[in-house]
Amino acid sequence: MATQQQQSAIKGAKVLMVGAGGIGCELLKTLALSGFEDIHIIDMDTIEVSNLNRQFLFRRSHVGQSKAKVARDAVLRFRPHINIRSYHANVKNPEFDVDFFKQFDVVLNGLDNLDARRHVNRLCLAADVPLVESGTTGFLGQVTVHIKGKTECYECQTKPAPKTYPVCTITSTPTKFVHCIVWAKDLLFAKLFGDKNQDNDLNVRSNNSASSSKETEDVFERSEDEDIEHSNIEAALSNEETWKNRRRPRPIYSKDVLPESLTQQNGSTHNCSVTDGDSMVSVMPSLGLKNPQELWGLTQNSLVFIEALMLFFAKRKKEIGHLTFDKDDQLAVEFVTAAANIRAESFGIPLHSLFEAKGIAGNIVHAVATTNAIIAGLIVIEAIKVLKKDVDKFRMTYCLEHPSKKLLLMPIEPYEPNPACYVCSKTPLVLEINTRKSKLRDLVDRIVKAKLGMNLPLIMHGNSLLYEVGDDLDDIMVANYNANLEKYLSELPSPILNGSILTVEDLQQELSCKINVKHRFYSEILNPVSNSVWFLIILPSTFPKLFHFIKSRNQDELSSDIILGFSNGLIDLSILYLFCFCHREEFDEEKEPEGMVLSGWTQSPATNGESASTSNNENPVDVTESSSGSETASKKRKLSEPEPSNHNKETENVESEDDDIMEVENPMMVSKKKIRVE
Amino acid sequence: MDGEELTEQETALYDRQIRVWGAGAQRRLSKSHVLVSGIKGTVAEFCKNIVLAGVGSVTLLDDRLVTTEAFNANFLILPDENAYVGKTVAEICCDSLKEFNPMVHVSIEKGDLSTFGVDFFEKFDVVVIGYSSRATKKAVNEKCRNLAKRVAFYTVDCRGSCGEIFIDLKNYKYTKKKLDETVECELMFPSFEEAVSAPWKPIPRRTAKLYFAMRVIELFEETEGRKPGECSLSDLPRVLKLKKELCEGNSVSEKHIPDSLLERLVSGNTEFPPACAIIGGILGQEVIKVISGKGEPLKNFFYFDAEDGKGVIEDLSNKL
Repeated sequence: MATQQQQSAIKGAKVLMVGAGGIGCELLKTLALSGFEDIHIIDMDTIEVSNLNRQFLFRRSHVGQSKAKVARDAVLRFRPHINIRSYHANVKNPEFDVDFFKQFDVVLNGLDNLDARRHVNRLCLAADVPLVESGTTGFLGQVTVHIKGKTECYECQTKPAPKTYPVCTITSTPTKFVHCIVWAKDLLFAKLFGDKNQDNDLNVRSNNSASSSKETEDVFERSEDEDIEHSNIEAALSNEETWKNRRRPRPIYSKDVLPESLTQQNGSTHNCSVTDGDSMVSVMPSLGLKNPQELWGLTQNSLVFIEALMLFFAKRKKEIGHLTFDKDDQLAVEFVTAAANIRAESFGIPLHSLFEAKGIAGNIVHAVATTNAIIAGLIVIEAIKVLKKDVDKFRMTYCLEHPSKKLLLMPIEPYEPNPACYVCSKTPLVLEINTRKSKLRDLVDRIVKAKLGMNLPLIMHGNSLLYEVGDDLDDIMVANYNANLEKYLSELPSPILNGSILTVEDLQQELSCKINVKHRFYSEILNPVSNSVWFLIILPSTFPKLFHFIKSRNQDELSSDIILGFSNGLIDLSILYLFCFCHREEFDEEKEPEGMVLSGWTQSPATNGESASTSNNENPVDVTESSSGSETASKKRKLSEPEPSNHNKETENVESEDDDIMEVENPMMVSKKKIRVE
Repeated sequence: MDGEELTEQETALYDRQIRVWGAGAQRRLSKSHVLVSGIKGTVAEFCKNIVLAGVGSVTLLDDRLVTTEAFNANFLILPDENAYVGKTVAEICCDSLKEFNPMVHVSIEKGDLSTFGVDFFEKFDVVVIGYSSRATKKAVNEKCRNLAKRVAFYTVDCRGSCGEIFIDLKNYKYTKKKLDETVECELMFPSFEEAVSAPWKPIPRRTAKLYFAMRVIELFEETEGRKPGECSLSDLPRVLKLKKELCEGNSVSEKHIPDSLLERLVSGNTEFPPACAIIGGILGQEVIKVISGKGEPLKNFFYFDAEDGKGVIEDLSNKL
């Protein structure tokens, strides 16, 4: 078709592609075939084997190389005379500033995470460059067009929050396998191998400021090094009150599941020839386990668990203390799989294979080549309209798995900008916060960075600069700001009190917004984890090395909320307990959210896409949409065509267990207004 | 679990898609054999998609010699004259596709598609025909339908920013999950001949205009003895005349087929790469679905028009 007018618009255009992955490869190919001659492409990633099933510009020999560069070289083979410039870099780097963005006629996103999407959205708004945004998961996908002042920006609409779970579900009443995974990954793994100073999303902290009066006497309160005998656990299990309304976990004894030889000899001997720190360390070969899709029984899981724990200790000791879970870390995946399965067994939840567990723990995106190819085609169609300034023809298009009213590709007219959007409409936000109990650090980390997605923030109160980051700060300023971080808001040099108005800016994103502070009188900050009890009981006589390792590791960090119990070795019974429960009866997180409420905008989750986290189980910030009058006016969505029924799970769908994950990775699906992060 | 397990290599390479369709489906894919004829932009896209997905084998058929026109929307052909001169489209595409996935057996076959016998088609699970005359499509479809085994039959035709996919699965049984139940479903597909020569009168008015427009162009090329896709704007008056006759013959209003649409189709002999990517993507998805036995297949036409951006399924089997 390519009319003359269209061809000249294409030829003269300078486009920026962000992302050279699944969508990016297809997009670069289709752009080049369509006649685009000046394409810049940014991607910080390198090629992995699991990319090769869909990122068709890459070959096995390219594994480890820059995606942007290899994609460029591959496309130049069939279109040698066009200009493609590649940047092996993070789009959030300071060199990609507003001036950099201004040189382009259109920006095309093929990203995999919300954070970068928001960042690019802001730069496009600041540079006044049109943005075509896209996303895919499995057979679903969508393309949207964002033009400042004409259509909504990427952040005008609520994005579905990552699937999260109440803390108690994770710590005490798991009913699905994913709960066990979150427990194994974010509690067990993080506590054993992670950074002890790092709060994780589950917020398992022992130093919580206020404990609720509602809590019942914890029968397991005891000093950290006091031994717990198995009988106490059995006593707890026999407490009918505790288990009246929940499924009683079944304790698992190592003597019942592990071969006798193993429990006698402190684990099997490790004759692995792998070097320290090798992320490919694996216990599967030594246990004769080959197929990651195979379902392991309790014995196999227990063996993997013990062996993996030992192997971390034996081979990767140096990393312990600063490990974070990584789906490409084989040993970590084995450990988490086994731990989750043992816990699942204890709670009567069906077990899963390593392959499945890895997908859940790593939030692995379901991805196929076809959807990416379709979406890339749709992006180019929109890009051409943008270049021709065919404003009336812009469409947001959904690629559906199941047809809706005969449509598999469903175009919808773009929505108008949301006047209540704090990103593109500069609407002030309202923050309800306990100014006497929240520190500036809480504000910076939980609100400005996590909620507002700012990269290099600056906070001003009146004329007083309370906080900023940057390379050009002198030591005194840095010390000053660091001191401020630890102060309560009401005790800052320029105190933040009820009625204060803050200016929060990100100079790179050229985004500035006002926050009206309302002091919040919730004095009791509830932390349900504080009275959860977590047991990992290992007999020192059977696993002496492990015993000392765990003991050394946890002595100073595991206080009342986490009790690591050791049998004194006099008991005949070897016990490996992997369960935990909390004593709070009917803790109501709905009614008593912690700390802060930010309103006046549509909320977004902290992460999504491949980097999505299923573990924001207790995000302490509660977000609700503004109740101001502007809200109704803002939803000027032209609903001339039906909403796509992407979530029409009632018709037919994938395994229900996967639904959670599907939602997480569905970054742009528009959802309804009020979403809480819990 | 049927058959042998996936190898470690397969599991690593196909990890992300196994998470979409499962290991069983992946195994079935790796045992399937696909015949592809007539490789222009859309079919090149399709080939890329199924080779990446990991079908067992792909057999390519296209004896045209490579010319500069051939790589217009076909990224499988590198514009290196030394490499392509004297070679056929199938040969060059075969070399490129092999690189995409060493685990898929890609080969070529020479000859005229319409002259192959039933035995030839029996070797395949899927036959995809692009860039062919109506007569050839019809002949191959009949042969496939006469086989005892099911050979999934597809035709694809892209003109400018518009495209059509035709699907014939004969009768197709599949299961779908409805809430907690697994429901057995069966679909009956009409043949290509039945589907393209159905009387227009009973077809609902809201049916995609492209269905009718494509029939006009198809018939025009046949009666004029043109190669598929070989028309231009100068043919428009005669195409419009044929449309008038067809509409009268079917006793439907001429408004059934907008002249502007026919104009776009006749002048659309250069492919529009984004439309190729989209239609090749949908076709790839359909073939994967049918081989793997997962999900409800499209029945029995799919249309895409970049002008309005809609991708529409038309089931014209009940109205015959």
